[in-house]
Amino acid sequence: MLQIMEGSHAVAEAVKLCRPDVIAAYPITPQTHIVERLADMVADGELDSEYICVESEFSALSACLGASAAGSRVYSATSSQGLLLMAEVCFNVAGMRQPVVMSIANRAVGAPLSIWNDQQDSISLRDAGWFQWYAEDAQEISDFHFLAYKVAEDNNVLLPGFICFDGFILSHTYEPVDIPDQESVSAFLPPYHPVIQLDATDPMTMGMYATPDYYMEFRYEIDKAMTQSAIALRKAGSEFKEHFGRDYGELIEEYRLSDADFAFVALGSVCGTIKDAVDEMRKDGKKVGLLKIRSYRPFPAEEIKKALSGIPLVAIIEKNLSIGSRMKGAVGLEVKDAINDSGVCVYSYIIGLGGRDIRKLHIRGVYEEAMKGNGDTFYGLREELL
Amino acid sequence: MADKSLELFDAGHRACGGCGPALAARLILKGCGPHTIVTVSTGCMEVFSTPYPETAWKVPLIHSLFENASAVASGIEASLKKQGRNEHVICICGDGATFDIGMLCISGAFERGHNITYICYDNEAYMNTGIQRSGATPYDASTTTSPAGRQSFGNSRPKKDLPSILAAHGAPYVATCSVAYPNDIIKKVERAVNTEGPCYIQVHAPCCTGWGFDGKKTMAVGKLAIETGLWVNFELVNGSVEKAKKIKRRPVEDYLQEQKRFRHLFKPNRNDAEIAKIQAIADVNALKYGIDI
Repeated sequence: MLQIMEGSHAVAEAVKLCRPDVIAAYPITPQTHIVERLADMVADGELDSEYICVESEFSALSACLGASAAGSRVYSATSSQGLLLMAEVCFNVAGMRQPVVMSIANRAVGAPLSIWNDQQDSISLRDAGWFQWYAEDAQEISDFHFLAYKVAEDNNVLLPGFICFDGFILSHTYEPVDIPDQESVSAFLPPYHPVIQLDATDPMTMGMYATPDYYMEFRYEIDKAMTQSAIALRKAGSEFKEHFGRDYGELIEEYRLSDADFAFVALGSVCGTIKDAVDEMRKDGKKVGLLKIRSYRPFPAEEIKKALSGIPLVAIIEKNLSIGSRMKGAVGLEVKDAINDSGVCVYSYIIGLGGRDIRKLHIRGVYEEAMKGNGDTFYGLREELL
Repeated sequence: MADKSLELFDAGHRACGGCGPALAARLILKGCGPHTIVTVSTGCMEVFSTPYPETAWKVPLIHSLFENASAVASGIEASLKKQGRNEHVICICGDGATFDIGMLCISGAFERGHNITYICYDNEAYMNTGIQRSGATPYDASTTTSPAGRQSFGNSRPKKDLPSILAAHGAPYVATCSVAYPNDIIKKVERAVNTEGPCYIQVHAPCCTGWGFDGKKTMAVGKLAIETGLWVNFELVNGSVEKAKKIKRRPVEDYLQEQKRFRHLFKPNRNDAEIAKIQAIADVNALKYGIDI
């Protein structure tokens, strides 16, 4: 049954249905509504979790690591500066192969201080060893949480994951969402049974140090697991469809691409705006389409190459800035690499940083710039301020 | 009561001969017993006892990072509570991890009142990285980042009073002890792990390499710290001193002269003014804890 609710509350409802044993959280805008709602649920006895009010995001993730290592399903949520404060722990959690799931309400990174949306925070942690999925709407955010625990806890994966969604744009917007019942979620996502855990009856040392004779193989194994997570996601996505009717079997989504001669590529909520812009531009006779990347890590290079095959002009809508790189956008670099065809023009457009609104007219504007051969640049700068 | 004959910290680890912290680990685990989960910080102890694929630990152990052992322990404790398990959860961390970089996490864990015991093996500097000064380094000790020189007598600040800070967090049990008094460590650790709430123990763990003394003198140097009043073994119960080890005090130079880190106070010339300042620290300790016989 569809219910109208705020994106953050859709997350909290989904997390509750995943039955985490331990939640450790610290407030940061725009993530805070999630952990407030979870605190309400615990206070009212609707959710039987240990809820730790930590003194920093750094401790939030550290506590999650400890609880996960002791055998619990764990949860946290953060944004922006909070995620960067966790950065050291992020690499550590992945290295120790703990299936921690964390929601990221994407927010710009200071300085200058900005509480508004872009995706610089999670994209900056692309190499931390967490899978990163980007949601377009509240339904995807909510559903991704069930899938995330399923994939993270898969014995062939055992990696942590970020569920990323645009702060305010999705976290604070009310949308109709289908929240499944506990019985069907439990059937899809059974309780967590760790392969190894801290246990006095079976002592084991975790987090040892590795000399040059051993270190590289650990890193190789993490990368292999990330590749496995793509397989696990396709499998879980198909299974999810059987249970709930919605299909997440693919790491990308194609929108009006099959006959397109121009493709937009994007992550997250802006895909909704782009779909509307594409519909309008199609009416004007422009053969445009959208490739939505759901999974940024693992990066679905093969699928992207296939989906964009035969399209000569590709524009990446980037809510991040890879400072000093030629294309300027982190996503574009990898899309270009995936296509690997010098006959295809791939441009990045840095747009909407720090919460600047992205409208259909801007999407059309990007199209026009690309047609003129202007790319790998910022779009929508206020020239009068420069 | 824990079985004191159980050796839960195994032989074959890679600590220096005469390592105070290695001895501390062995004694701490005798106090905890086998029904214990340990978190350690990055540092000497972690490095000499857990080189993959070997481990010296016969109890479950997790090492995450330098500064987060107490936060990791918070999570473990919460997980055990949820599962209805009752292993003791302890942290064993060096003074750099405790006094300096881990302070935020420790303060948070103590304020939240987790049922954990945090044990600092205090060798009074960052030894694993090569003897750099920490907030636990005593006044005038020469380290690689607080070297004695033509215009320096070594570390210019006194040791941070961490036991008082953690007692002020409401810790029900805070104690100091020394590897020079092994049974005292075992007894205090056993009391801490059986006290509900966050407890703190600070173990004086002489480092022959960092302090500059012969490894066979670890116990003797530890005893001299106590006998001069520069280290006091005490117990704070709910913030009040319950017990402090009484001694017939010796002059501080008996302790200082044994260690190269204080050599500049005696060579090339004896520095009476600085030695007097260190003597004053011992005198304040003696008065504060009433240790003089």
